[in-house]
Amino acid sequence: MLKCENLRKTYLNKTAVDDISVTIEKGKIYALLGPNGSGKTTFMKMVAGLVKPSGGEILYKDAPIGIVSKSEVAYMSTEPYFYSFMTVGGVGKYYSEFFSDFDMDLFKSLLAEMELDAEEKVTHLSSGMAAKLKVAVTIARKAKLYLLDEPLNGIDLIARGHIIKAVLRAAGEDSTIVISSHLVDELEAIVDSVIFIKNGRSVIAGDAEKIREQRGKSIVELYKEVYS
Amino acid sequence: MEYDNNIPIYLQVIDRIKKDMIQGHLPMGEKLPSTRELALQYNINPNTAARIYKEMEQQKMCFTKRGLGTFVTENPEIFNAIREDMARKRLNGFISEMKELGYTKEELIEAISQNF
Repeated sequence: MLKCENLRKTYLNKTAVDDISVTIEKGKIYALLGPNGSGKTTFMKMVAGLVKPSGGEILYKDAPIGIVSKSEVAYMSTEPYFYSFMTVGGVGKYYSEFFSDFDMDLFKSLLAEMELDAEEKVTHLSSGMAAKLKVAVTIARKAKLYLLDEPLNGIDLIARGHIIKAVLRAAGEDSTIVISSHLVDELEAIVDSVIFIKNGRSVIAGDAEKIREQRGKSIVELYKEVYS
Repeated sequence: MEYDNNIPIYLQVIDRIKKDMIQGHLPMGEKLPSTRELALQYNINPNTAARIYKEMEQQKMCFTKRGLGTFVTENPEIFNAIREDMARKRLNGFISEMKELGYTKEELIEAISQNF
């Protein structure tokens, strides 16, 4: 459903993405792996249509990034983006006005599952709770492609468990999920495929189980090998 | 459930289900969760969950009733075979470890009867 070829993004004299070529298939969960600064966020922003590539091509359902892709792609950035005056429930309302595919019932059930209080002000949330809220509002959209940038970063074990459950709930034949992370361990069991990004380049991409079988090592071990 | 990243996850979950069958948590004819529920229960990829049932069906551990779901086998021979297979694997592992410690067959039998 998404095809990127020789994707490139440079800022003045800095190269954020050098050469990423990947194909994302419908109905799968992908791990986008790489250390900080390897180009994962820039890549996601290009797919989300927030950053214009300097070179190469992105095709979403055989068409360039545009109105259609933007309406079907739900992107969760690493930066916090809630207004401080909002409550948890208010964030949901705000989203529902912005996105026609926002499912309020699903949002409410996600809040309950993640143990988030709709009345709580977003300024009072712990970082773990804020991270869960970000995932909840993103996943409550009935999108076709979810791009979750570092959803597990810097949060406790229990909150991570909640987020992983929510991600698995959003997975399905019609939805595709890309999760960026450097916490490979957490993703090993839940992803279909992995994409390794190193210095702005896609160095390994493929089916997680096949990679394990062919190379005789876990994704975690492979990660250590690629980046050490 | 904690996973060993060196063993395919679907095999680890199947092993766990086998144990549940032998221990009576999943009796004969019991309805198994849907693949989606299985994925959430074990925190695994939904496609892995589907593969688990496919694999289990090939091993005749379970069967699918169209439109109703997946059920634990009703054949007691399969249960016995699973139990024997699991016992054999553990026993072989145990014996080779004890051999590494230098135990003879007689010493091992003696140690077992004392501690059992």
